[in-house]
Amino acid sequence: MIKAIPKPIEEIIENVKDCDKLLIAGCDGCVTVCEAGGLKEAKILASALRLYFTQGGKQAQVDDTSLTRQCEKEYLAQLSDRIDQYDAVVSLACGCGVQYLAEMYDKKVIYPGVDTCFMGVNEERGLYSERCQACGRCILAETGGICPIARCSKRMLNGPCGGSDKGKCEVSKDVPCGWELIYERLKTVGQLDRFENPTVPKDWTTSRDGGPRKIVREDLRI
Amino acid sequence: MSAETPSKLQKMINSGNFAVTSEVGPPRSADGAIIEHKAMMIKDYVDAINVTDNQTSVCRLCSLAACIRIKQMGLEPVLQMVTRDRNRIAMQSDILGAASFGINNILCLTGDHQHFGDHASCANVFDLDSTQLAMCVRMMRDEGKLLGGWEFEVRPQMFIGAAANPFAGPNVAMRVSRLAKKVAAGVQFIQTQCIYNMDTIKTFMKMMVDRGLHEKVAILAGITPMKNVGMAKYMQKRVPGIDVPEEVVKRIGGVPKENQAEEGITLAVEQIEELKEVEGIRGFHIMAIEWEEKVPEIVERIGLYPRPQLA
Repeated sequence: MIKAIPKPIEEIIENVKDCDKLLIAGCDGCVTVCEAGGLKEAKILASALRLYFTQGGKQAQVDDTSLTRQCEKEYLAQLSDRIDQYDAVVSLACGCGVQYLAEMYDKKVIYPGVDTCFMGVNEERGLYSERCQACGRCILAETGGICPIARCSKRMLNGPCGGSDKGKCEVSKDVPCGWELIYERLKTVGQLDRFENPTVPKDWTTSRDGGPRKIVREDLRI
Repeated sequence: MSAETPSKLQKMINSGNFAVTSEVGPPRSADGAIIEHKAMMIKDYVDAINVTDNQTSVCRLCSLAACIRIKQMGLEPVLQMVTRDRNRIAMQSDILGAASFGINNILCLTGDHQHFGDHASCANVFDLDSTQLAMCVRMMRDEGKLLGGWEFEVRPQMFIGAAANPFAGPNVAMRVSRLAKKVAAGVQFIQTQCIYNMDTIKTFMKMMVDRGLHEKVAILAGITPMKNVGMAKYMQKRVPGIDVPEEVVKRIGGVPKENQAEEGITLAVEQIEELKEVEGIRGFHIMAIEWEEKVPEIVERIGLYPRPQLA
């Protein structure tokens, strides 16, 4: 799932300090799971902003809500009858949700309330780590189910580099060397022969290098 | 080591003599005279001079320009190229440019992560990695073709090198496998990471020899003399992928401060003498970091001066 972290409140205040009526819109999708932008976080942020305005002697209305998913129009439509009353909306969805909200309500000022970080897994509550960079052409079959693009700091396709030390990445001792993991996993599953076979230069056109991406599934379109 | 090129380094290796290379680190300014000065200090003692490419991700005068300068001094440069900063268009363009000046050696590297350097907030590229860069150079040289498919007549005559680090442990077998992958990609010579752990390099070379890899690629052993005990401790604790055994630190630290540099040189000389006996070692890459003036002394003391003059 997409992982995000709440933005520092000072940054949000800088954007909304002149507003009189504000809506904090959470999202029930990914950002709820990583506890960055669900209904709970929307309520906490709204309370904090109310406190900020009150302490400054300002009367401001701060409401909160959460939408099922901000990356789908039918759920964004839930705001259509009341969004006009607000000066601005702080969206706690990922970058996709923030943009789709702004696209749907194109006259409304929309501010982001989280920093969208990566696609990853929940190792433990409060501990999330990256697993996929959505390059658009999955190579996990060749690399023992561990992605070097997401897990090697240099996205090497023929690793490991000479900077790894005792199985850790040269960038940080807290980061396991992705290629050490791949080597050990290939050994475990009896596919070590794959390791010595050089991987040719990758076609990055399906990654962000090809420009903004779109999927058109004719089989699904009505 | 199949393809023959006009490289003088390749000729020296093929002659059966130990090859000797060293490196010049370009300045963090536009002062080209520094490169000439450093190259002059070592020129009679080495077969080829590596020029580093923004090493440790610190921005410096570019390797290609420095190599051209060295070539124009009548010397033999090794163009180091990292894939961190440029995509395949820029790198192939630089390779063609280098070849147009008669540069015949390239060292294909991925490069340190920018996190180490003076522009830690920059974007990196890593369109290719070092192995893929070697494949790319081989294609340009042997097929007269760019990665994009364009075919051309005048090909770059590059002797293709890469790095190997037997010490980025603990798994030495994985490091041999990694090197086998580079050989399969077209790498003809290797300059190793700085050697201090003699047991590990011998284990590594034994595995290379057992697989016959030493006949497919020429290994030049990387040697960096210690200037003082401070450097030894720094390399031991701070530099990723370098293995400095405690006895090395003790040895350098065990002599008075004013004699530590001399002890460092003596240790380097002893290491080289020991490595001469290791099967598969075909030469030495002496990386005297900001200490180029010591290269002549080391080469003389290991009995590899004067350098053989090959036709």
